[in-house]
Amino acid sequence: MAIVQKRVSPSRWFAYFVVVAGSVIMLAPFWFMFVFATHTNTEILSVPPPLWFGSAFLDNVALLLQKLPYFWHNLGWSFYIAIAVTALNLFFCSLAGYAFAMYHFRFKERLFAVIMATVMLPAFVGMIPTALVMSWLGWMNQPKALIVPSACSAFGIFMMRQYITTAIPRELAEAARIDGCSEFGIYWRIVLPLISPALGTLGLVTFIGTWNNFAGPLIVIRDMEMFTVPLALRALQGTGMVPWGAISAGSAIAVLPLLVLFVISSRRLIAGLTSGAIKG
Amino acid sequence: MSITRSGAAAPAKSRRRLQPWEWAPYVFISPFFILFLCFGLFPLLFSVWLSFHTWDAATGLGGMHWVGIENYTFVLGDEWFQKSLYNTFWLALASGLPQHLVAIPLAFFAHTYLAKWRNTVVGIYFLPFITSSVAIALVFNSLFSRDFGVVNLALTTIGNFDVAGVHPFAWLFPTTNIDWGQPQYTKSMIAFLVFWRYVGWNTVLYLSALQTIPHDLYEAATIDGASRRQQFWYITLPLLKPMMFFAVTLTIIGNLQLFEEPFIITGGTGGLDQAGKTAAMHMYNTAFVDSDFGTASAVAWILFVLIAVLTTVNNKLFAHKD
Repeated sequence: MAIVQKRVSPSRWFAYFVVVAGSVIMLAPFWFMFVFATHTNTEILSVPPPLWFGSAFLDNVALLLQKLPYFWHNLGWSFYIAIAVTALNLFFCSLAGYAFAMYHFRFKERLFAVIMATVMLPAFVGMIPTALVMSWLGWMNQPKALIVPSACSAFGIFMMRQYITTAIPRELAEAARIDGCSEFGIYWRIVLPLISPALGTLGLVTFIGTWNNFAGPLIVIRDMEMFTVPLALRALQGTGMVPWGAISAGSAIAVLPLLVLFVISSRRLIAGLTSGAIKG
Repeated sequence: MSITRSGAAAPAKSRRRLQPWEWAPYVFISPFFILFLCFGLFPLLFSVWLSFHTWDAATGLGGMHWVGIENYTFVLGDEWFQKSLYNTFWLALASGLPQHLVAIPLAFFAHTYLAKWRNTVVGIYFLPFITSSVAIALVFNSLFSRDFGVVNLALTTIGNFDVAGVHPFAWLFPTTNIDWGQPQYTKSMIAFLVFWRYVGWNTVLYLSALQTIPHDLYEAATIDGASRRQQFWYITLPLLKPMMFFAVTLTIIGNLQLFEEPFIITGGTGGLDQAGKTAAMHMYNTAFVDSDFGTASAVAWILFVLIAVLTTVNNKLFAHKD
């Protein structure tokens, strides 16, 4: 028997070093965001800049509220919009996914192909007319301008169809039908409870996407009071003295919900985001 | 006893009428189509129509004037558009190519050598992808600040690294602070931000593809005496090609629409000398700052055609090698 070599080669050590150094670079901006959020401007502007937490977080939040008087409203709107879009997507996408997975009907394949094809259309092409449509509808500055158009996504339908096809036997629906369950009842009472893992994944992906959306609110929201968090943060940019501490505090508050979600569910989230990539 | 639904006892002549359970699937999929018609297809068609008109939105629909392809010829000849297009391609290449050159080896390394720590490491690289680009671009602005920025501090520390009076890294690293707001540096900074945000996403894509490669292939290769490096070149890379195609396509489509990162980094202005203004930003400014919706729509469709052409070329390149 040959002796198994346990020694790790120098090139492998070099690779480990590069990967760890890369991780530090990936995390550094987050680190400085949270560290700067706890320091006054003078401390941030000193050389070298602070590397560890300070005690000025509440002062920075106060400064943030002075610059953005509606920041808590903005945070609330962001939550409201993200949760509304997520809830609607879970409902409509799973309903459509259920229809595509469980029924035979005319034009089914073609209709599904149309849904998949819409993914190819770049969003920016519709950006200008969408703004016009919103102003004709009188929806400018209203959350529904952000909620309604994104209430049902092609990606969500695709994901739900995949999951329902593999996870739920058609016999189950047929049995319920024979027992007198209505078509919607089959979806609501039998399918929906069984697909909660997929709903969780789609919910995460949708919530994060909506929370981070910048271009959408940028064209339909004008009043500071109605801003979502990304718009509010952007409003901190301006001429004169830049309030780095306040900007960092605001950014940290905006990113924190996502970090929490990610820490809780990173594997499921990554699987959800790439599910279209692997199967498609 | 026969099993009938309450409506099924209707007279025989109406048997061609759809039963409730026959139209149910159409009802269930209708929300997507209704929303798409109102907020997807209609805006797109209107945007085509608009791109052949001049229009001041304040005058209402009656104020539209047909000008044929004038908007298109104007945009294509406009030096600001050309500049923004140049910036877009520069950024797409400078941020896109390194993403894949780093993501593939990183995914291979994580897949092959990292057992327990794989998810943690991949999670760290993935983290920027899920965070708000606005928040992070603002933080980058402070990190890349000229006088107090951490990046300048790190770079000049290496540049001024002193070994017995000699500066061994001075040829590569700066010895004085760089003003990242200057036109020659703006694009590099944006490209780094975009690279930083998406490298983890590509790593995850490649990692998921690596996990589908059967382990037997590597075992057979090991028995045949192939080194790790040979296995990487002759097994991993060829089998990774479909995912490379997919990931590169996503990068092309995403990078040519680059908007948020340069928009925030440059405060919406495009930066000094418009060095960081992308085509998508040019479209935004034309529409919402200059209120020239016709021209902006033409910009959008020119950009769309470019993306479609490049995606097709990419498709051909990958298909050709098979």
